[in-house]
Amino acid sequence: MTHEIIISGFGGQGVMAMGKLLAEAGLKEGLNVSWLPSYGPEMRGGTANCSAVLSSEEIISPMVLEPTELIAMNKPSLLRFEPHMAGGGKVFVNSSIVDIPATRKDISAYYVPCLDIAAELGNTKTANMVMLGAYIKATNLLRQKTVREIVSRMFSGTKAALDSINLEALRRGAACVEGEA
Amino acid sequence: MAKELWKGNEAVAEAAIRAGCRFFFGYPITPQNEIPEYFSRHLPEHGGCFLQAESEIAAINMTYGAAGSGVRVMTSSSSPGISLKQEGITYIAGAELPVVIVNMMRGGPGLGNIAPSQSDYFQATRGGGNGDYRTVVLAPSTIQEAADLTQEAFDIADVYRIPVLVLADGLIGQMMEAIEWRSPKPRSLPPKDWATDGSRGKRGHNVVNSLYIETEDCTALNRKLQQKHELITKNEIRYEEFMTRDAEVLFVSYGTTARVAHAAVLKLRKDGVKAGLFRPITLWPFPEAALRACAQQTNVKAVVTAEMSMGQMLDDVKIAVNGAKPVRFVGTGGGTIPTPAELMDEAQKAIEEVWNHGRRIPALQRAN
Repeated sequence: MTHEIIISGFGGQGVMAMGKLLAEAGLKEGLNVSWLPSYGPEMRGGTANCSAVLSSEEIISPMVLEPTELIAMNKPSLLRFEPHMAGGGKVFVNSSIVDIPATRKDISAYYVPCLDIAAELGNTKTANMVMLGAYIKATNLLRQKTVREIVSRMFSGTKAALDSINLEALRRGAACVEGEA
Repeated sequence: MAKELWKGNEAVAEAAIRAGCRFFFGYPITPQNEIPEYFSRHLPEHGGCFLQAESEIAAINMTYGAAGSGVRVMTSSSSPGISLKQEGITYIAGAELPVVIVNMMRGGPGLGNIAPSQSDYFQATRGGGNGDYRTVVLAPSTIQEAADLTQEAFDIADVYRIPVLVLADGLIGQMMEAIEWRSPKPRSLPPKDWATDGSRGKRGHNVVNSLYIETEDCTALNRKLQQKHELITKNEIRYEEFMTRDAEVLFVSYGTTARVAHAAVLKLRKDGVKAGLFRPITLWPFPEAALRACAQQTNVKAVVTAEMSMGQMLDDVKIAVNGAKPVRFVGTGGGTIPTPAELMDEAQKAIEEVWNHGRRIPALQRAN
């Protein structure tokens, strides 16, 4: 089992954090993991992406050329990476701001209005956690419990107040794809 | 011990602290900034000193000074910054001081870009500074290896009193992988009785210097360095072979590119092509004899060097193979990472070339 994931969006949307969270949770579940950021001259509002690999096998090359899953937090990300996806893959589209559908017939698309849901929760910065909740539910890649533990560990100390809203964001994201998976 | 997720740059800095490095002097440059960042936060916790110098040149000379006093010290930078440090590195080599230098290579020449590259191979293995000196060059291809080799670099530097360069690239610096913290095999380290750490009136004073104005003295130093280089070549060569026993196409690759080559080997094998990989871990001393032996196996028909440069390690591969087998090159410069498919293409071409060549020879013999 190998999941090669590209997470892409605007700088500030939390795409790096999503990848790190997946890698940490994968490691906790005994998988081999790698996380690789794009680290060009990115800035807030520019584009950023990261690749995460979670695998039961040894990870030879950390570069993801044909993602099995794509999380597109903005339109340029969908346009850029959808053509490279592996057949049978899953794409997760931030339908709050991406106004076009995925075009490939050989992949499954999940439309998650993660920014709207995050706004309902009172913190638009949790849009990435909503999306992650949807991703985990649809792929069944990790146990929800593991992910919640890692989230609680990442948001400790001065950030502890954000723990409960992030956990709620994960639940709402999962609910989005309930029945679709 | 449980595995932990570490970013390459941070793992390198933590490894240095675990190896007893207590002094770091540097100047910021992408893609290695997490190294000084990590030191700045954690060296004070260990009673050490992190100092952001006014330039790379100042940083390497502070490193030189600290090493002269006998402490474990490190500096790091990325390609253009390492160029600036070359004068200091040759002084350190001339003064025979143990220092660890990390280069997270980026695209060049000049300021280039911040993407991963391996185009400082010549600078690292031939020396960018003046004079007959060498630096030990260790080339990790995983975060685990980066952590292990950085720790060991301090021991190697101390044993031989030589600058040791950990040569990786932006990808290894930036990526995260799970690693296990482990200590290098213990070595017996010589006392630092040459250090300028204060005589306290109990001995004559020590001098750390790279100026040997009398020719006899400077010649003697050169001979001594030469003997040291021979000893390191005898003791410290490291490499890894993957599926070379029956390989017909042999990739030679290090660092990040070795991982691409490893993936290419597995894919080629699936397609029925017997490919293998020879991965130098020490770039200097280069595993010349081992590569020669590997390439001379009758099963090996062609050698393909793959690098993120326009062909630098290629020279060492050609010296090692010494005409025994055809040597091809595949690589990219300026911060592009080659894909397994590009390497597979080159392997196929290598096989075709050998095949065509093999067919031509009997035809020529018939004509004669």
